[in-house]
Amino acid sequence: MARFIERHPAWALIVIIAVAVLAWLVFAIWPPGLEAAIGRKRVFLNAVLNGITLGGLYFLVASGFTLIFGLMRNVNLAHGSLYLFGGYVGYAISSWTGSWLLSFIIAFIAVALVGVILQLVVFRRMEGQDLRQTMVTIGLSIVFADLMLWVFGGDFYQIQTPSWLIGPIQLPLLTAIKSSGEPVYLQYPLVRLVIFAASVVIGIAMWLALNRTRIGMIVRAGVDDRDILAATGVRIQLVFVLVFALGAGLAGIAGVVGGTFQSLSPGEDTRFLLASLVVVIVGGMGSIPGAALGAVIIGLAEQLGSVYIPTYAIVVTFLIMVLVLALRPQGLLARR
Amino acid sequence: MSLLQSTQFRPDPSADAPRRAWVRAWPEFQNPAAWLVALVLVIMPLIANGFFLIEIFATTLILGIIALSLMFLAGYGGMVSLMQLTIAGFAGYMVAVFGISGNANISLGWPWWLATPMALALATLFGTLGGALAVRTEGIYTIMITLAIGAAFYYFTNQNWAIFNGHTGINTVATPHFWGVDWRADIAFYYVALGVAAICYFAVQYVSRAPFGLALQGVRDNSRRMAALGFNPNAHRIAAYAFAAFIAALGGVLQVWNYRQISPGSVSVGACIDVLIIAVVGGITRPIGPFIGALIFVLLRTFALDVLIKFGLDGNRFRLLIGLGFLAIVFWSSDGVIGLWERWRRRNASSTQRSGGGRHG
Repeated sequence: MARFIERHPAWALIVIIAVAVLAWLVFAIWPPGLEAAIGRKRVFLNAVLNGITLGGLYFLVASGFTLIFGLMRNVNLAHGSLYLFGGYVGYAISSWTGSWLLSFIIAFIAVALVGVILQLVVFRRMEGQDLRQTMVTIGLSIVFADLMLWVFGGDFYQIQTPSWLIGPIQLPLLTAIKSSGEPVYLQYPLVRLVIFAASVVIGIAMWLALNRTRIGMIVRAGVDDRDILAATGVRIQLVFVLVFALGAGLAGIAGVVGGTFQSLSPGEDTRFLLASLVVVIVGGMGSIPGAALGAVIIGLAEQLGSVYIPTYAIVVTFLIMVLVLALRPQGLLARR
Repeated sequence: MSLLQSTQFRPDPSADAPRRAWVRAWPEFQNPAAWLVALVLVIMPLIANGFFLIEIFATTLILGIIALSLMFLAGYGGMVSLMQLTIAGFAGYMVAVFGISGNANISLGWPWWLATPMALALATLFGTLGGALAVRTEGIYTIMITLAIGAAFYYFTNQNWAIFNGHTGINTVATPHFWGVDWRADIAFYYVALGVAAICYFAVQYVSRAPFGLALQGVRDNSRRMAALGFNPNAHRIAAYAFAAFIAALGGVLQVWNYRQISPGSVSVGACIDVLIIAVVGGITRPIGPFIGALIFVLLRTFALDVLIKFGLDGNRFRLLIGLGFLAIVFWSSDGVIGLWERWRRRNASSTQRSGGGRHG
């Protein structure tokens, strides 16, 4: 942090000012002039929270994507299909057993198994051929999309939120003060906050596993130079399979989350593939903290954009990507 | 090779030199099969009726032109760009916006001879800008960035009502009508598509052998060495994107004239990937590949339903068939149908030359 300020004082100043302005916008009670200019504070706060929680969902999808890319140099363009498959499995389980938590576990296992099969049957045969692997994932995404359309049809599905998570919760964030002097606090859906907290926990657990455990050390070594790692006697194929299973399983969990937040339908696979592509391009390929930062930025840009400039919301996301590519082509938090 | 030949066989160098230079520049004119294909294509309106002429052959030519632009980038430049259909769709939208269409509140009503060059110029600019963005990265990253550009354009056309008219798109786009000919009539339109496809095909052939194309292939094979030789790799790549964007834009203009409407569905991510499938299935080492791939794709798309039902299967599974076919091609041949055919021919040739000879790895 200190090094960053030393090396880029101007950028550090801009970031600090931006964070300060955001903090003031969130915590202060807005003066009437500001409310007249850009609307109610409640709308703004809702957009910010929606953006951050959406960022949590994007992080779940993109972290698996970036993990797989970082280790195996495999741009898995079937990642969106894995997301949608996880969502459908979660829907089937939760409507069959009625247990929301069980649907997460089953979706993780089912999608992780698909990932294992993909790695063993397909990608292992064409190791080191980036372009061919990418083409294969494109073909697989087409096949998966059509198979899922066959089984589940074109309907919209939504996973039932469990009863103990339904309803809004009062947050200690002031939105306004009534004329009687009574403060008004923000109401926000509990389920979104819980899911966001869960994705933060998953993110931290992944970071710890990567940085504090032996298997994480092996994975990091593999990201840096997998040939040397294999030469030291590590069974690299096993590591590949495990990482692919973990990345795919995360996509499956994200599918259940997405099915609860939003809905599941054909076409969602492409949407989340695009989201994880942009998140990973912005954050930096192969970097977990980068995926987290990129996910929050893209989530916020999408939600704030759709509130304040509705017809150009997607352009904001795109402009962020262009800006990052122009200034820092390797992504914000990538090392190289 | 060519040096060796020219020293060994030299019957009459003074009279033969221009002819040999011409042969070297255009080897396909020496191939009787190429002449046969050209003849069949030219007399096609005598053979095929309106449905086949437009729905199969004109559509094949249009998709082939768009896939040709991808083949040029991927084959000679080593850059797999998934935004070629987006550029084509952008050109189509621009024809609809600047020209005459049923949505009078959006279309500016320019005559076709003004709207079409405008659309081509804007789409080329769009493709060049996208390319300038994409060349900042390499290899698989290029796929991701161009896919992101294509998807962003698709969602943008869905959201934007002022220019792109949201998800309904722009309908009843006017087509050119001059010299007393309706150029959207079946036979006339077929010849327009054939002419444009032929021009694009030969332009790509020519550029691939021109100094620019050779330098581009050098950049593909070893950009660092080319930079050391004094070439500017990124400038070559961006120029390649501009050239490919112009070809894709031509295809897009033809496509909007063919369907007379354009909507976000025409530029969806699936459609972008279809273009990649067409190019890869056909083979991305030769300009003829995309047209072969397009013919296979269009035939499958049109007749898979009937064939699947005939075999007692669900006719809606056409995309499954396409996906599996694509997977099979990617698995077994890195060079598409052309590669398969060449391998088969080589095996036949070698078995007739030395029958029973041992295989070598």
